[in-house]
Amino acid sequence: MLRRTLNRWLGRDERRVDSRSICVGHRSSSNNEAFIPPKFCDNRIVSSKYTVWNFLPKNLFEQFRRIANFYFLIIFLVQVIVDTPTSPVTSGLPLFFVITVTAIKQGYEDWLRHKADNEVNKYPVTVLEQGRRVRKESEKIKVGDVLEVDEDETFPCDLILLQSSRDDDTCFVTTASLDGESNHKTHYTVPDTEKDLESLNATIECEQPQPDLYKFVGRMHIYKADQEPAVRSLGPENLLLKGSTLKNTQTICGVAIYTGMETKMALNYQGKSQKRSAVEKSINAFLLVYLCILVSKALVCTTLKYVWQNKPGQDEPWYNEKTQREKDTNLYLKMFTDFLSFMVLFNFIIPVSMYVTVEMQKFLGSFFITWDKDFFDPEIKEGALVNTSDLNEELGQVEYVFTDKTGTLTQNNMEFIECCIDGFQYKYQDAGTDLDGFCVTDGPANKVQHKAGREKEELFLRALCLCHTVQVKESPEQGQGQRDGLMDQVDGLGVDGEGLHPPPQEQRGFIASSPDEVALVKGAMRYGFTFLGFESKTMKILTRDNDVERYELLHVLNFDPVRRRMSVIVRSKSGDTLLFCKGADSSIFPRVRQEEVERIRMNVERNATEGYRTLCVAYKYLNAEEYAQADAGLREARLALQDREEKLMAVYNQVETGMSLIGATAVEDRLQEEAAETMEALQGAGMKVWVLTGDKMETAKSTCYACRLFQRNTELLELTVRTLEDGGRRREERLHELLVEYHKKAVQDAPPVKAGVTRAWSSANHDYGFIIDGATLSMVLNSSSESNSSRYKNLFLQICQNCTSVLCCRMAPLQKAQIVKMVKNSKGSPITLSIGDGANDVSMILEAHVGIGIKGKEGRQAVRNSDYAIPKLKHLKKLLLAHGHLYYVRIAHLVQYFFYKNLCFILPQFLYQFFCGYSQQPLYDAAYLTMYNICFTSMPILAYSLLEQHICMEVLLDNATLYRGIAKNGMLRWGPFFYWTLLGVFHGLLFFFGVRYLFGNPALQDNGQVFGNWSYGTIVFTVLVFTVTLKLALDTRHWTWINHFVIWGSLAFYVFFSFFWGGIIWPFLKQQRLYFVFANMLSSVSAWLVIILLILLSLLPEILLVVFRKPRGPHAGQITPVTPLTYKHLKDRQ
Amino acid sequence: MMASSYNAKEEDANHPGAANHAGVGVVKSKKPDNTAFKQQRLPAWQPILTAGTVLPAFFVIGLIFIPIGIGLYVTSNNIKEFEIDYTGANIDNPCYNCAKNFSWNSTAQCVCAVTFTLEQPFESNVFMYYGLSNFYQNHRRYVKSRDDSQLNGDRSALTNPSKECEPYRRSEGSPIAPCGAIANSLFNDTLQLYHIDSNGTLNEIPLVKKGIAWWTDKHVKFRNPGGNNNLTVAFQGTSKPVNWKKPVFELDPEDPENNGFINEDFIVWMRTAALPTFRKLYRIIQKKPSTTPTLPSGKYVLNVTYNYPVLSFDGRKRMILSTISWMGGKNPFLGIAYITVGSICFFLGVVLLIIHHKYDNRNNSADIPN
Repeated sequence: MLRRTLNRWLGRDERRVDSRSICVGHRSSSNNEAFIPPKFCDNRIVSSKYTVWNFLPKNLFEQFRRIANFYFLIIFLVQVIVDTPTSPVTSGLPLFFVITVTAIKQGYEDWLRHKADNEVNKYPVTVLEQGRRVRKESEKIKVGDVLEVDEDETFPCDLILLQSSRDDDTCFVTTASLDGESNHKTHYTVPDTEKDLESLNATIECEQPQPDLYKFVGRMHIYKADQEPAVRSLGPENLLLKGSTLKNTQTICGVAIYTGMETKMALNYQGKSQKRSAVEKSINAFLLVYLCILVSKALVCTTLKYVWQNKPGQDEPWYNEKTQREKDTNLYLKMFTDFLSFMVLFNFIIPVSMYVTVEMQKFLGSFFITWDKDFFDPEIKEGALVNTSDLNEELGQVEYVFTDKTGTLTQNNMEFIECCIDGFQYKYQDAGTDLDGFCVTDGPANKVQHKAGREKEELFLRALCLCHTVQVKESPEQGQGQRDGLMDQVDGLGVDGEGLHPPPQEQRGFIASSPDEVALVKGAMRYGFTFLGFESKTMKILTRDNDVERYELLHVLNFDPVRRRMSVIVRSKSGDTLLFCKGADSSIFPRVRQEEVERIRMNVERNATEGYRTLCVAYKYLNAEEYAQADAGLREARLALQDREEKLMAVYNQVETGMSLIGATAVEDRLQEEAAETMEALQGAGMKVWVLTGDKMETAKSTCYACRLFQRNTELLELTVRTLEDGGRRREERLHELLVEYHKKAVQDAPPVKAGVTRAWSSANHDYGFIIDGATLSMVLNSSSESNSSRYKNLFLQICQNCTSVLCCRMAPLQKAQIVKMVKNSKGSPITLSIGDGANDVSMILEAHVGIGIKGKEGRQAVRNSDYAIPKLKHLKKLLLAHGHLYYVRIAHLVQYFFYKNLCFILPQFLYQFFCGYSQQPLYDAAYLTMYNICFTSMPILAYSLLEQHICMEVLLDNATLYRGIAKNGMLRWGPFFYWTLLGVFHGLLFFFGVRYLFGNPALQDNGQVFGNWSYGTIVFTVLVFTVTLKLALDTRHWTWINHFVIWGSLAFYVFFSFFWGGIIWPFLKQQRLYFVFANMLSSVSAWLVIILLILLSLLPEILLVVFRKPRGPHAGQITPVTPLTYKHLKDRQ
Repeated sequence: MMASSYNAKEEDANHPGAANHAGVGVVKSKKPDNTAFKQQRLPAWQPILTAGTVLPAFFVIGLIFIPIGIGLYVTSNNIKEFEIDYTGANIDNPCYNCAKNFSWNSTAQCVCAVTFTLEQPFESNVFMYYGLSNFYQNHRRYVKSRDDSQLNGDRSALTNPSKECEPYRRSEGSPIAPCGAIANSLFNDTLQLYHIDSNGTLNEIPLVKKGIAWWTDKHVKFRNPGGNNNLTVAFQGTSKPVNWKKPVFELDPEDPENNGFINEDFIVWMRTAALPTFRKLYRIIQKKPSTTPTLPSGKYVLNVTYNYPVLSFDGRKRMILSTISWMGGKNPFLGIAYITVGSICFFLGVVLLIIHHKYDNRNNSADIPN
């Protein structure tokens, strides 16, 4: 109390850092103390970026922050200010179009956000004010308000549960919208609060808002008129989070502690860093090259212009005098404006529409993933989910796959396989089980001999029934009954159980955060011990003899991944206080009597090598004194505001000692469907698969063998604590020695291969597998000396890169991310992919280039943080090999094609400058300049980039090796880029000079009339549009009706447009340049002949290349997506 | 991002019961449609270019192009063309004096006669062109220096020409009609052709000055203000282009259909040439109804009224007589190009055939062990 008062006077800043104080119901905590109402933010959720007023400036500002848009804006401004050859419309219109489309899209998205915000903010809530219920809009909630929430309503802000309509002072909540866990979670009211909330006078002190959904510490001071203030600790179990829904409980009352943007939900939706794909980097590099081409073209033209003008009579012949203003302009300024004019004239070489097309391709293309019915999983009734469309093509570039084991490689669908009690093995068999639920032994030899004492058996089974956090699922009818207040649901079950036989297993649903626990409870049920559920704080179990035993649950020592165990403290009817503990062998064995360990260890290890998950179960009796001590310790630790975790941990460790081991369980975690095939395909595609798991080495290793990540002939290089301790020397030395040895084996002695990717995996005569565990990894990464550290890291990486697969076990989530980061930043910066399903995989999912979430059973955190989410591991194969491959080919072709078509568009215009006195005279009409990229040539490439399947999906799936053809950004490297540029230059030269020689005699019509400069440009442009479109048609390997429609349609549109554009005297045009030019051109036979000739001649090398390249096998097909020979053969075979 | 998740949540939260009842419906909507488009299984034609498919194409192209090329070449060769330079840059040129003494101010006309001989008779219609070299009609400043609405007969543009016409927009306070550099530099040499027959008399060859401009230009794009009658009134208040000798309404006083803006010489000039060396149609010599050639072989005299200076910018002037075929004027380029491309295609076809043949054999033998 004193401290709090002091704190208050010491200044607000400090208080804001540590914790916040809230008066429940805004009643001042003490009467005489001057109360300063602290200011908290209101409950308005603002996820929108813009308002009506700032939309335009803010949106424009953000759009022009993009380099490309800014560049086009500059070009546009130059056109407006300087006297340039093309009107500002030619570049202003596309820019305006792009900006408008983007603005509309973003505006619409923001409008949706506004709508959603409003819906949330205006949602009516009930606030209790001085005993009255007041309906308010959600946004008006202030911190400290007491709210009433009814069943199935969502909590409008983060609340501390004060009162529940349930008798046991609990309420049930689902957090499906927060973390995807749809089970009902129990939350508890603050103990000992008064039933009459009106008279409750209390303050809450709690930490400042932070995004961790599962962490909360606070405390509540309850003031009563005549007593010392009571202090109650608050934890996550008292906190109801905004976004979760009240279930199975009529109403609750709670006090708002975090509101609006400070709720945990809002904090969690902020900031997910954007990932950029490698293709975008390539685009930027190409852009730079083209920018250089552009600048050098402009420079060449400017220089030549002034050289040419120096000749007498050329600068200003009598027929073409300059205006007065031009004469007056300073020479250098004139040079500069000339340079700018050339820049403007050639600026089309950098295509403004490419960005739009790429964005559209990505956005629309990603729908194919969501639409794919192969990704639909009938079990969860969901398909794939695309969270970002920016990375589609990255799926075709993956070199390293980091996968989680549990839930990803395996199903995380636990099946109780066997147990071992006191060293005796019990195996459950479906067939021939005694249905009366008696324990059946399955020892190979004599039953009697291999059976532990009945007492031990029952103790073990009771332990399984009690030591968990499982809930019994309420069926709807029971829920209804409870809602009507007829009877308590758990009682109802209990009556059932007492009166009749235990209900059939199928009817009983269990909900738990971890599937292991359900498996164990179900396992115990098979042996006759049924967990019936909670009744307030009492656990009820039905024994073999159909007795209902009740245990009072005193404490739950929660599971955490560091401790790797959990315990419960219960009090039986007879008054004994028992502690049951279950956990990983490594964490249990040191805490039990050693003589018991040996009998069980053998079983545990055998089970582990069979790929089962093992847990050891231990117990201990607590005498009254011990219990009192533990109880006090736990309570104190739970009340602590600071370092609560550490203090709790200390108490847990203290309590969980000196136990006696009862037995061990083995739970099978089955492999995912087609896990092995998927892994094999990924490896065949040249990807390195790394398994990163928190599980123990033996289990993980067996999973790896089962998934065929390790083959029988794979030589395993082990770098674990065990191998480190083998030598008997200092770990550091041994680590060094092993690293060097393995390096020699795997890297130096390995046959020299060009790159891991091009190596045919089947022909590799020696496969290495590498195993490392968390402890050793941290030794490698954080070696004592700096120089060693980087050297070890290098060695480690080199070894890993030469191994077909790597297994990292006993990994902490952060270590997973560390590994991903290390590989990501290694030489050649390979593209990494992480796949996982649980919260512990989030860090690596976020770290990798591509993060994939599996819609598994461990909640939705992984899915939420992923870039793509798929229901099952097996879908990864199609996602990468088919979708990824196609997306990459499509976008790579799109990018190359865009640069190519703009190069051969602008090159003739550049060449024309040599024939028009470097006067920046455009070759094409302004309409053509504007429409070329927008209308005439944009649709075919968009359709291509959405629909192309140069190799059909089945073949891609069957031949994983095809994936290697495009590895390492194969289609966007400098080689292919150079090829496309060369092609563009060739076409540009051909178009220009072909028509140039035709115009040696401009009398091209059969009536002797002559053609002028606009006819020249129109002929070149016609050849250009047709060639560029037909070039794409040549590259198209997959002609759907859409391709046909778009390709022939845009050619027809060009012809139609040209007629239309030239057919009318347009009143808004200053010059009718194209009036009937196109029609006249078509009336000339020579023009037709030259158009046909030039188109054919341009495409000829392309056709030749396709034909000549064919015999050289699939590797030659890298430059253009040419069907490799193998494909043709496959087609023949089918 | 947040909003969309809200949406989903709100639905979840507000209709908890609905999920059970409408479960089937929800499932259906979530399951991706099994349509060909969404599954990327649209029926598709998958052409594979192989030597086998390309080969016939090459042969066909070769077989079509070579005859076309030969046809073009022969046609082009059959076109008779005669070209004579009358710039007067050299002292031995009859127009040397005219060229040398040229001055914008002189009112006296300088006429020079150039004699030449046609070795071969010109059959059918003969087209007379004037050609200019090193004349940048495609210079940007020049190309844009015109006002199409003025030329289209727009009255407001007549009195207030577009700014693009600068510095040929106004002269002495009144607007220039037609304004701009193109119009100002209208080619104004007058060419007359005489045939010297065997007894030495000069027979003037009739030159037709209609039908030399595009029909659409003459009838739609170029219009006189206020119709074709009484152009003097229509153009009142405007002044002639500075380099012209007479105003626009006196371009062809005899024929009102060829006067003012719709004068065909003017229209032809206004279609700016693509390259600095160009020719423009000047006159047509219609073929005679009799069987005698339009221009029999023999001596001719070209009478030039020398008004157009080109030496200041090192230009050249030519007079060209040419017959015309279906492909236009004489130009061997197309024929040669077609023959070349056709031969290349044919040659490649042969090469491909050989390669294909060899490769197929190898391929087959490689396939057998499989």
